[in-house]
Amino acid sequence: MKMTGAQIVFESLTREGVNVIFGIPGGAILPLYQTLPEYPNLRHILTRHEQGAAHAADGYARVTGKVGVAFGTSGPGATNLVTGIACAQMDSIPTVFITGQVGRAAIGKDAFQETDIAGITLPITKHNYLVMNASEIAYTIKEAFYLARTGRPGPVLVDIPKDVFVEQAEFEYPETVDLPHYNVQPAIKTEALKQAAALIKDAKRPLILAGHGVIISHAYNELRELAEKTGIPVITTLLGISSFPSNHPLCVGMPGMHGMAYASLAIDEADLLLGLGMRFDDRVTGDLKTFAPNAKIIHVEVDPSEINKNKHATVPLVGDLKTVLQKLLPHVQPKTHPDWVKRIDVLKKEHPPVRSIAANGMRPQAILQTLSKETKGQHVIVTGVGQHQMWAAQHSTFVNPNSFITSGGLGAMGFEVPAAMGAQVGRPDATVWSICGDGGFQMTMSELATIVENNIPVKFAIFNNGFLGMVRQWQDIFYKKSYVATNYTRNPDFVKLAEAFGMPGRRVARQEDVLPAIREAMAHNGPMLLDFMIPQEENVFPFIPAGQSTAQLMEEPVEDLAHGG
Amino acid sequence: MAAEYKTIVSLVRDRPGVLTRIASMFRRRNFNIISLAVGQSETKGLSRMTFVVDGDDATIDQVIKQLRKLIDVVSVEPIGDRTMVARELALIRVTATSATRSEITQIAEIFRANVIDVAPDSLIIEVTGDEDKVQSLKSLLESFGVREMIRTGRVAMERGLALDSRRNGKTTIPQA
Ligand SMILES: Cc1ncc(C[n+]2csc(CCOP(=O)(O)OP(=O)(O)O)c2C)c(N)n1
Repeated sequence: MKMTGAQIVFESLTREGVNVIFGIPGGAILPLYQTLPEYPNLRHILTRHEQGAAHAADGYARVTGKVGVAFGTSGPGATNLVTGIACAQMDSIPTVFITGQVGRAAIGKDAFQETDIAGITLPITKHNYLVMNASEIAYTIKEAFYLARTGRPGPVLVDIPKDVFVEQAEFEYPETVDLPHYNVQPAIKTEALKQAAALIKDAKRPLILAGHGVIISHAYNELRELAEKTGIPVITTLLGISSFPSNHPLCVGMPGMHGMAYASLAIDEADLLLGLGMRFDDRVTGDLKTFAPNAKIIHVEVDPSEINKNKHATVPLVGDLKTVLQKLLPHVQPKTHPDWVKRIDVLKKEHPPVRSIAANGMRPQAILQTLSKETKGQHVIVTGVGQHQMWAAQHSTFVNPNSFITSGGLGAMGFEVPAAMGAQVGRPDATVWSICGDGGFQMTMSELATIVENNIPVKFAIFNNGFLGMVRQWQDIFYKKSYVATNYTRNPDFVKLAEAFGMPGRRVARQEDVLPAIREAMAHNGPMLLDFMIPQEENVFPFIPAGQSTAQLMEEPVEDLAHGG
Repeated sequence: MAAEYKTIVSLVRDRPGVLTRIASMFRRRNFNIISLAVGQSETKGLSRMTFVVDGDDATIDQVIKQLRKLIDVVSVEPIGDRTMVARELALIRVTATSATRSEITQIAEIFRANVIDVAPDSLIIEVTGDEDKVQSLKSLLESFGVREMIRTGRVAMERGLALDSRRNGKTTIPQA
């Protein structure tokens, strides 16, 4: 059947199971938007900024496991998507971005609002396309979605010139893609599985390092079965948080720069590491030379280029994590490690995450613990980037799989508001809490308008320290407290701002008001904002400075405890 | 420290932007390309590229894996130094007078190089061979005055049928 390019785009999106799109129109993409009313089943959420649309699509994809979709017009619309695209790339989030481009005849002529967005996004997409004929749209979208969601997932961008949207072409949706050399499911060698099982059998102090791959491949049950069958304690990376219940007796927590000291110290003593869907990122390993000095490594990864990239793997297993674990499980023998688990418990007692919380008024750690207690860990937590992100990772409870959403790889401030919006759209029944920095919040707070307009009931908790806190912490420790350009001496009144945007807000400045405020926000039927006035110079501990080893680990100094409030 | 060069031959889809895509990956990953030669392959729609890359074994391993990850890249094969046939073409414009012309021509003959253009004060010499041969000829010609030189970079094939037979039916990403 003959259709316009724009109709073909929507028909194709429908075939791919898309039901929500985030975006902002503009001249070049207008022919596409004007066709939208013909597809009433597609919900379009008009954001206030394309970065908001991109992070929202990302947040939506993370919670649902589906492909998130965002639209932007040519030029500035497309470039505004860039941070969100880079974020999705670093964290392997299945997303498809569709951008309008100037008409074919104008390409390359520096036309109004022309940018080579395919060129710009080359290094930050899994793949991208400039579609020059309406007849190519259906296949391109088919391939884009296939690439976005298979193998190691990631963002794919499809750039379509304005006149291609109105060109007519025959529509037939392809059933398959023609990518013979793109192999999503490499064969798993039984030999390697046996070697891995043998290493597991012989290990005295093994540890599982569970990463984002567990969540992406939905391998929660397999991870749990492996841990329980072999008695191996589980450490989760930042993006691996909520891949394993944090209240499970074998859960050790997060290692690395701001990880739990005992988790990092346990890695020092381990004789076997099972890296599951993780990539030995520098925030986890610190100095590679001293990382896990005594451990053999079994590395299970879907992306072959991650094998031996940072850390040599004794036994590499390339493939989808869930499939690999299903094949590995029958080979491993039941075991327990009572001495090793006891040793980790000793480390836990010697290195508590925070030495004292009770006495200190508005400490962020306590606020987060209160929040988790109140929700019983039945929440989805979305964070920005900075100190609040690390506190949220350290002091929240995650009972449900895939309930911690954060910009791990890119570390994009401004993620917290739009990604929480996308997450709530994807999981309407979940209690979504956006844990915000006062800095990051101000980068994308315009999306509060979108949230109110669409009645998306996210609860916002600003951890307001009046500083770009994490940077201030580095200045504190490495630059003798020379706080250059990190102090917001006159933040806006976030409560009034919330009200201006159309949602209730509360300032919480006293410890006794924390719990009532959280309860009020949860009881409120709609979005609400809490502005927690936390101590200005609170630091995140433990802290292993960049590139250093656990020998340089800093824990909370005792003198801080006296005036923590 | 001796430089470690490795030759990698890759088959890529002949599409707009493929070269940029590959170059972009090299830049982003901080890999160092010594030379890159591209041309059509025996198959319509596929081009063959020869990369010479500088780096230790771990770097080369990463180059190969990162290349394989690109959607437009169909195959990537490292070629061992001992099993490789490698050539490059160079054009060298050398200063020549009536007094030196025959001497230069003789040197060219020894290298099985051809004189392909003669001007009153210069010659253009075409030479094919491995990099050492090209380099030696250039050094010898330097005393006459090398005014301009262009080299294609290395093109390489594995001896025998190895590469072809390996490619046929085996375009999967092998285990690490
Ligand atoms: C877009 C962006 N710009 C700059 C940075 C560098 N940066 C990392 S953490 C941080 C401070 C974050 O401040 P805030 O959002 O208030 O959170 P806090 O650390 O105070 O909890 C900055 C500026 C970043 N990660 N992202």
